[in-house]
Amino acid sequence: MSIDPHAHTPPIERRSSHESGEVTPPPHASAFSTRAIDPGRIECLQILDEHGNVEQGMDPGFTDEQLLDVHRAMVLSRAFDSRMLTMQRQGEMGTFAPNIGQEACMIGQVWPLTKDDWFAPSYRSFGAQIWRGWSMERLMKLWAGYHEGFVPPPDVNDYPFSIVIGAQVPPAVGTAMAMRRRKEANCVVVNFGDGAFSQGAVAESLNFAAVDNAPVIFVCENNGWAISTPLTKQTRVESLAIRGMGYGVPSIRVDGNDILAMMVATRDAADRARNGEGPTLIEAVTYRMSLHTTADDPTVYRDEALVDPWQDRCPIRRFEAWLKRRGLLDGAACDRIKADCEAQVLAARDAFRESAEAKPREIFDYLYVDTTVTLERQKAEYFKRLDRKGVE
Amino acid sequence: MAQLTMVEALNKALDEALREDERVCLMGQDIGVNGGVFRVTKDLQSTHGTDRVMDTPLAECGIIGTAVGMAVHGMRPVAEIQFSGFTMQAFDQIEQNMARLHNRTQGRYTVSMVMRTPFGGGIRAVEHHSESREAYWVHTPGLKCVIPSGPRNARALLRAAIECDDPVIFYEPKAVYRAFREEVPDTPETIELGQAEVFRTGSDVTLVTYGAMVRPVKEAAEDLADEHGIDAECIDLLTVSPMDTDTVTESVRRTGRCIIVHEGHRTCGVGAEVAARVTEDAFEHLVAPVRRITGFDVPFPYFQVEQHALPEADDIIEAVRDAMTWD
Repeated sequence: MSIDPHAHTPPIERRSSHESGEVTPPPHASAFSTRAIDPGRIECLQILDEHGNVEQGMDPGFTDEQLLDVHRAMVLSRAFDSRMLTMQRQGEMGTFAPNIGQEACMIGQVWPLTKDDWFAPSYRSFGAQIWRGWSMERLMKLWAGYHEGFVPPPDVNDYPFSIVIGAQVPPAVGTAMAMRRRKEANCVVVNFGDGAFSQGAVAESLNFAAVDNAPVIFVCENNGWAISTPLTKQTRVESLAIRGMGYGVPSIRVDGNDILAMMVATRDAADRARNGEGPTLIEAVTYRMSLHTTADDPTVYRDEALVDPWQDRCPIRRFEAWLKRRGLLDGAACDRIKADCEAQVLAARDAFRESAEAKPREIFDYLYVDTTVTLERQKAEYFKRLDRKGVE
Repeated sequence: MAQLTMVEALNKALDEALREDERVCLMGQDIGVNGGVFRVTKDLQSTHGTDRVMDTPLAECGIIGTAVGMAVHGMRPVAEIQFSGFTMQAFDQIEQNMARLHNRTQGRYTVSMVMRTPFGGGIRAVEHHSESREAYWVHTPGLKCVIPSGPRNARALLRAAIECDDPVIFYEPKAVYRAFREEVPDTPETIELGQAEVFRTGSDVTLVTYGAMVRPVKEAAEDLADEHGIDAECIDLLTVSPMDTDTVTESVRRTGRCIIVHEGHRTCGVGAEVAARVTEDAFEHLVAPVRRITGFDVPFPYFQVEQHALPEADDIIEAVRDAMTWD
């Protein structure tokens, strides 16, 4: 299966959502396809509908083990999210960006990657980071203000997430350009949001990737909101995926709350990248169910009634419904997995509490490979201050 | 030994680096067939191929950002920004990634790359083609900033910058590009980054400068000796970050006077930092206030008047004579 940029499919209905700021869910695709967006003919890949049904002939044929793995990863991501929120409210965590409701995007986009591939996350990506091998303990340190939380684990080829919106995208493309030059059959997934897509750096990145035929997958996680700014104030285009076509990047719009669609789209894009067919843009349509960050109060700018329909589109619930129908899960198994994940998160929290250690004497240590006389002198001055204050 | 211009010497350094280290690649606008708008990369694409000498899309942020990503994945990109006035579009990636990624990942990733760009006035160029904004890079933790002044040190410093594991801004004084020739050895040579050079010894006053201003300083020093019996010591910083002010303060302890000359804006410029450090480290030796002869805090003037705004030898001579009689 491949993404055919010349495929013609019937246009979907125009969304009439510009007034409300609401992102409507993508419609059900009439046939299983990952065909690319044709401007004016926006199609959207959905495999698993909101009720957890997969139409006859659309089952992508993943193994039971693959399905249960991604299910568990989604449940774990949500358990982590929920615990982090509690920890933040109890004063144990810094400002933190929840990603509840976006678990299918999270896991689906990194699911086909190997250890030799790279992932460049935005800051609402921790589910994906956990999948990639970042320990939850490390991610807790990151959000709690410990420098070491930003350091990729030794065997993980990932960028640390970017705070500056879209700034992670050009280096991700550069890494893919290096892969092509080094003749490696690997790829890079870079994740960014609908707000980031307004950044010039992201536009430049799509162009560089296209011109260089770089093996990179752009995943635009369109969750409808950039803090208080709805998609309708971010863009006048119907679908962010059509932007890829302007750069000659095959592009697809995917139901981002459908884990099967995300897995298929990312797998196909990764296959293209590894086969030397260059970049792909995936617009994953989802919804920011919760806060921008814990410092945010969406009731100021968003009618919470807008969120309600998305409760029914919960990526975990619909996937579970399907897995139950296939006999892979039952209610008891779901409860057990949820409890396991919560226990895993609590164990990570305990490890975090045990090992988190502020290291004020390290602030000069990682600036340069070859440090400078100027810095060494400032370090000596700083150490005298720490000594005076009795700080280790 | 060959007599080379700075442009030819830089080309030689890039060619050598491409030959010796397969990780090195060049990227930038018009650097391929065209050889760069100043011809610094002339013929390098035909020798080393389009994947190693890349003509990029016209997007500075993209050039620097992708160069960072290549460096993180084991290459050593040398990215050219056509004029330093256009580096502002790349500021985002310089600040967020080029300067920070090594620190952010506690050394897990290094960003061994060079951003080359021509800077400075004096070539009658249109707006945004004559800026000297080295202070931005000096002020950004994580970067190193190197500024050659002649063909020979340009070649040696560029080789050192490419070999450096840290990200380097390599600021090329374009007024010097073809201004004169110098003997450049056939065998490779490097100059240690962060090391200033005393290019004239003297006992009465210390003149500190770099880049294209080395020439008016040299001219002033010769005139001061010949016409006024004043013996000036002249220092070329060569690297402005990290800044070797030990060489400066050691000199000022002997001369008691310090004058700094550069094209860049005065306020919070390199001269301000040199003056501060001289005051901190050699205050008791000063017999006259530290002076700065610099570009003014105005946008670089349009070229019909630029010759009046750039520091020249007479300004330096006047400042030195004032310092000699100050009490």
